[in-house]
Amino acid sequence: MSLWEYANPVKFLSFSGKIVPWFAAGAAFFIAVGLYWGYFLTPDDYKQGSTVKIIYLHVPAALIAINAWFMMLVASLIWLIRRHHVSALAAKAAAPIGIVMTLITLITGALWGQPMWGTWWAWDPRLTSFLILFLFYLGYVALWAAIDNPDTAADLTSVLCMVGSVFAVLSRYAVLFWNQGLHQGASLSLDKEKNVADVFYQPLLMSITGFVLLFVALVLIGTRTEIRIRRASALLARERG
Amino acid sequence: MSALLLRDMRLAMRAGGGFGLSLAFFLIVVVLVPFGVGPEMGLLSKIAPGILWVGALLACLLSLDRIFALDFEDGTLDLLATAPLPLEAMVSVKSLAHWITTGLPLVLAAPVLGVLLGLQSDAFYWIVLSLFLGTPALSVIGTFGAALTVGLKRGGLLLSLLVLPLYVPTLIFGAELARRGIAGMDVGTPMSLLLGITFASIALLPFASAAVLKINLR
Repeated sequence: MSLWEYANPVKFLSFSGKIVPWFAAGAAFFIAVGLYWGYFLTPDDYKQGSTVKIIYLHVPAALIAINAWFMMLVASLIWLIRRHHVSALAAKAAAPIGIVMTLITLITGALWGQPMWGTWWAWDPRLTSFLILFLFYLGYVALWAAIDNPDTAADLTSVLCMVGSVFAVLSRYAVLFWNQGLHQGASLSLDKEKNVADVFYQPLLMSITGFVLLFVALVLIGTRTEIRIRRASALLARERG
Repeated sequence: MSALLLRDMRLAMRAGGGFGLSLAFFLIVVVLVPFGVGPEMGLLSKIAPGILWVGALLACLLSLDRIFALDFEDGTLDLLATAPLPLEAMVSVKSLAHWITTGLPLVLAAPVLGVLLGLQSDAFYWIVLSLFLGTPALSVIGTFGAALTVGLKRGGLLLSLLVLPLYVPTLIFGAELARRGIAGMDVGTPMSLLLGITFASIALLPFASAAVLKINLR
């Protein structure tokens, strides 16, 4: 019994079919509770007023947006090294989710920035690097869409993901050098004693948990769909041939 | 290797190679910008380094798909791939040829176009230096993009979508180097970072390009 067993599409389908409902239900529960708690049961911030509540969408989405790319990188490496198709398809399934999460982050950030900073957009390092991350996602998805042969597409996008990771990190620090920021420092980090006041922190954690579960559920569903598409096209090819 | 280099350069410079094309494109971009932002010389000379850098980048982008596409169509690429020359070396030579036929002319043309944008004469040095140090990275990164999209029918647009985000760090450090140099500030940091990107791309990216090319020729 090892993790690699689930590289077998049949095993993966039966196992993921069992766990997807749990993840989906968990995501729905945690997001619902986290958002309701955050929006209706916490006080307004003394300086930011009710705009502080955008944090319950902004921070989890940003977290997923970055880590989705990281997950794609790991999945691409697994595909390149061990040639497990499920892994390549999981990377493919994660990309659109990453795009949406990046967009959510940018849009909620703009909504918050308008009243707080007085501008929808500033060429701040964090904002800029998210925009660049968005472009990387777009290129990745476009490359998947452009190539017919699935194995070639998986190979090429994997290499693109690896090279892109290096350049994404480079860009991240390049824009830091290019322009000093308006955006506050990281809201959450593991090595800090206290990150955000508890009233905001607890619903935020709920919301983050919900978003992580949502991401896992969506990736699993996306991967299952991709596997089924592959099967369908294989069947079609057999009938024609 | 030198035979391949000479062949690529000759092909690029003769008719239909598009040698003058990217230069002309560079000229047009630089000419169009004042129409867009107005003829104020003060403003123009302020944004000139950025315009020249973005113009050079776009002109470079324009000629990228020629690196492999023609050779792929007539089968030369298959021959080159089976030749005793390692694929990595072949890719590097092609990037070099691309830089000599596209990057270098752009570097040399930049001061001439700088005149149009009202650059002071001491600014020329920084523009040329930053472009000279940065354009090799543009060629090498572009070769990677060209290798990714070589088998595709309509790869041109996709190529730009893939390559432009990769150009971001080079552009930032290159333009920053020019800007700081012109302003008389310390240029050590952007220059070493730009050089770092250029050299690291030259050293590492050919391996990625060769791997991708191998996949595409399979």
